[in-house]
Amino acid sequence: MRSLTLRLESRLRTAHELTVENDGIADTLTLTRGVLRAEVIREICVHLEPYQTGEKPITGETVIAKDLTIDSLAIMDMVMELEDRFDVSIPMSVIAEIHTVDQLADTIRDLGARA
Amino acid sequence: MGLFDRHAGLLEAYRDVRTTGYDPFQIRMERVLSPTKAIINGRETLLVGTNNYFGLTFDPSCMEAAIEAIRAEGTGTTGSRIANGSYSEHVALEKEIAEFYGKKHCMVFTTGYQANLGVISTLAGQGDFLLIDADSHASIYDACKMTQAEVVRFKHNDPSSLEARLRRLKDSKEGDKPGNRVVVLEGIYSMLGDSAPLREFVDVCKKYGAYVLIDEAHSLGALGDNGRGLCESTGVIDDCHFIVGTFSKTLGAIGGYCVSDDPDFDILRVTVRSYMFTASLPPSIVASVRQALRVVKARPELRTQLWDNVATLYDGLKAQGFTLGPEHGPVVGVHLPDRMTAIGFWRAMLDAGIYVNVAVPPATPNGVSLLRCSLCAVHTREQLDHMVEVMTGIGRQFGVLSSQPKLRAAGAR
Ligand SMILES: Cc1ncc(COP(=O)(O)O)c(C=O)c1O
Repeated sequence: MRSLTLRLESRLRTAHELTVENDGIADTLTLTRGVLRAEVIREICVHLEPYQTGEKPITGETVIAKDLTIDSLAIMDMVMELEDRFDVSIPMSVIAEIHTVDQLADTIRDLGARA
Repeated sequence: MGLFDRHAGLLEAYRDVRTTGYDPFQIRMERVLSPTKAIINGRETLLVGTNNYFGLTFDPSCMEAAIEAIRAEGTGTTGSRIANGSYSEHVALEKEIAEFYGKKHCMVFTTGYQANLGVISTLAGQGDFLLIDADSHASIYDACKMTQAEVVRFKHNDPSSLEARLRRLKDSKEGDKPGNRVVVLEGIYSMLGDSAPLREFVDVCKKYGAYVLIDEAHSLGALGDNGRGLCESTGVIDDCHFIVGTFSKTLGAIGGYCVSDDPDFDILRVTVRSYMFTASLPPSIVASVRQALRVVKARPELRTQLWDNVATLYDGLKAQGFTLGPEHGPVVGVHLPDRMTAIGFWRAMLDAGIYVNVAVPPATPNGVSLLRCSLCAVHTREQLDHMVEVMTGIGRQFGVLSSQPKLRAAGAR
């Protein structure tokens, strides 16, 4: 699958990514922070709408760099906006591993979750 | 999948570009005549896109120094500093640059690109945090691909955006994250010619205990009473832990450097791979750079002339209605509505005997298409007035400017 941005060499695997990859844990998080997750998805969609192609709606499974006309630099700029909106910082190596809207939403929600 | 399939989009864009006639990325300077003139496509062309800010490429004293050095020490060093040793001239150059900044240490690299690549990727290691301006130069982005540190971008020239990111590291859910913070800035940005609000950035970095690295590639010579760059003009040299620069622009040669007061700085000589595993600068280049640095110190009028020329071009184009970068700078970026207009405009200028750079996405911030002009201290007023006239004509022809000639505002030249 094509990566979100120019693929960065990511020797650092963060705990956040592992969480995102683990569906079980992600589901629990969705339950406890369901409202926030929907909000994150909504915000992502607002940013991505200008890059929609044809009639196909943007969903959680939309592969950002492939299904839309957005380029890698614009993706990084969108991430910067989302970072400030949800008060999280997403390292570039983590961005490089994100492909879908769902993955982006989970990353933001997970990084933003306070213990 | 073929090896080049992944570049299909780029190949297509490139084909588009070439349909305009000339390929802006493969211009041939048939003969370079002076810092401001070359023969291109058989005609004498005015150069306003070569980063030759002080026009020192043909400075007789720099040329003589280079020639003499070749006679004395040969054409090349045939190896790196760690393998073949340092020539006395390398060491002398490093001492002179360190003194120029009033810093204790200096390392010279074979290009500025290698200086950024090596220093930035090495300074910030595993467990550290690298915070870079969103509009950083490719050499800084490439350093980010090599580092083990976590990399986060902040909004261009926005100290509050940097502060938010430093604050999040401090207030993370695991508490104040350990690890060094290294913030990377540029003195003057290479596409739009705008400068960083350095004082404000430095204040934020101090507040959060972050190291500051500033790349003065386009500001060396141009800014500060002694030409040290933005760090000097904003009075924060002592707060800039690492200053990087290049010999390839104002100093008219090639090479890069990094200066610092850090007592352990020299450890970089045996850790930075872009320093260790590439040949060192040849004697001729080192000699011409040393002389160019003397010229920069001895002839502050070159800086005045450069800024006078900036004002002539910037204010001239502005008065005609062009959309420009946000402030006067040795680089003047002219916004055009899209890629094809930019390339068409660029070509029309070349046909009219004026060479500038064309910059289109993805090499530009925010997907803008630009004509990138860079000024030289030895451009004449006549050359630049002529350029404004030519660009105004082409601008009307391309519908970028309204076809009504603009009345000059009262008081304007
Ligand atoms: C901001 C910036 N940094 C670094 C460099 C690299 O300089 P050099 O030409 O010495 O590799 C450049 C030049 O392209 C630049 O614009």
